[in-house]
Amino acid sequence: MTASPTDLANAKAQAHEWPLWEVFVRPRAGLDHKHCGSLHAADPKMALQLAREVYTRRQEGVSLWLVRSDQIVASDPADKAMLFDPMEDKVYRHPTFYELPPEVGHM
Amino acid sequence: MDTAFAPLPTTASASNAAASTTTGSIVCEPTPQQAYLMRIADSCLIHAQRLAEWSGHAPILEEDIALTNLALDLLGQARALLTHVGRQTGFDEDQLAFLRDERDFRNFTLVELPGRRAGRDFADAVLRNFLLSAWMNVLWGKLEQSGDAEVAAIAGKAVKESRYHVAHAADWVPRLGDGSEESARRMRQAVARLWPYTEELFETDAVDTAAAEAGLGPMRAALRVDWRAIVEPVFADAGLQVPAAGAFRSTGSRGVHSEHMGYLLAEMQTLQRSFPGGQW
Repeated sequence: MTASPTDLANAKAQAHEWPLWEVFVRPRAGLDHKHCGSLHAADPKMALQLAREVYTRRQEGVSLWLVRSDQIVASDPADKAMLFDPMEDKVYRHPTFYELPPEVGHM
Repeated sequence: MDTAFAPLPTTASASNAAASTTTGSIVCEPTPQQAYLMRIADSCLIHAQRLAEWSGHAPILEEDIALTNLALDLLGQARALLTHVGRQTGFDEDQLAFLRDERDFRNFTLVELPGRRAGRDFADAVLRNFLLSAWMNVLWGKLEQSGDAEVAAIAGKAVKESRYHVAHAADWVPRLGDGSEESARRMRQAVARLWPYTEELFETDAVDTAAAEAGLGPMRAALRVDWRAIVEPVFADAGLQVPAAGAFRSTGSRGVHSEHMGYLLAEMQTLQRSFPGGQW
């Protein structure tokens, strides 16, 4: 596959730009890190500091994860139907047909 | 009200003060201990004002937010100290911040120098932020042991903020100092411009002596070694020379300011002077 003119233009622009980073914030201990946005930064240290400034200034979190956007492997939106639609009619995969004893608590 | 603090007569009475008139100044003759705290508070306040000038002008949006975040921390520190001093003197934090005249401000000259005008640039902002944050960090660390319980409590909160300020500012110094040829040149120019003003951070006068004797806080001279221990490795990392000490001494902490201070205060104080006690 050959690169389109748009791809080439993007690659050229990126060569002069700081890389993009995805920001994940953990709101409280015990909760998961949640994706909340992205930012440009020159390196990991700067990415962490700027994420702190931009995404946690209202006490949103107790921990930060930063991931280079180009390191994320993502599914192609065009494959959505193939990948996810087949699960539509398989409700039996939800464990809702079992009586849970009360001792189990929340699952 | 302390008799040493008497408001000057104003031309307009409080009842008919209109937006077109400006409120007269308060006169401050604080005790040496109060002056000691005001010197710290004023340095935080004026530094915050200069940092806030970068709002909308920093090289990148995220740094823009970062600098104003730092400014707000400093403003909070200034407010806490001015409120504390004000409680002893019958003035509130707004009166102390916005109704004092230039000569009654005791901030270091370093913090009032222009940040992004008059031939200064981002390198000046980065360097000053670093030099002052390091000084503040050392000071707050020592003030945690202050004999004044409220000052110790303020320091306990501020020391965490200033630790981050140092980290953030120290990160930028090598980025510019050891960056491109252009950024290195600008950083060296900033060092040449600002370094002479750092001597004032370590001078000793009657205010320092009184504060140290009362157990309120350390003499400025006692901060030098720890400050150099923060500054020197970062300068080395940035490829910057620490200049030799010169004979020049700035005098802001005695109330004798540079020509830039009047303009800064005019901008900072105009709202409160036009609308005294104005609330959001």
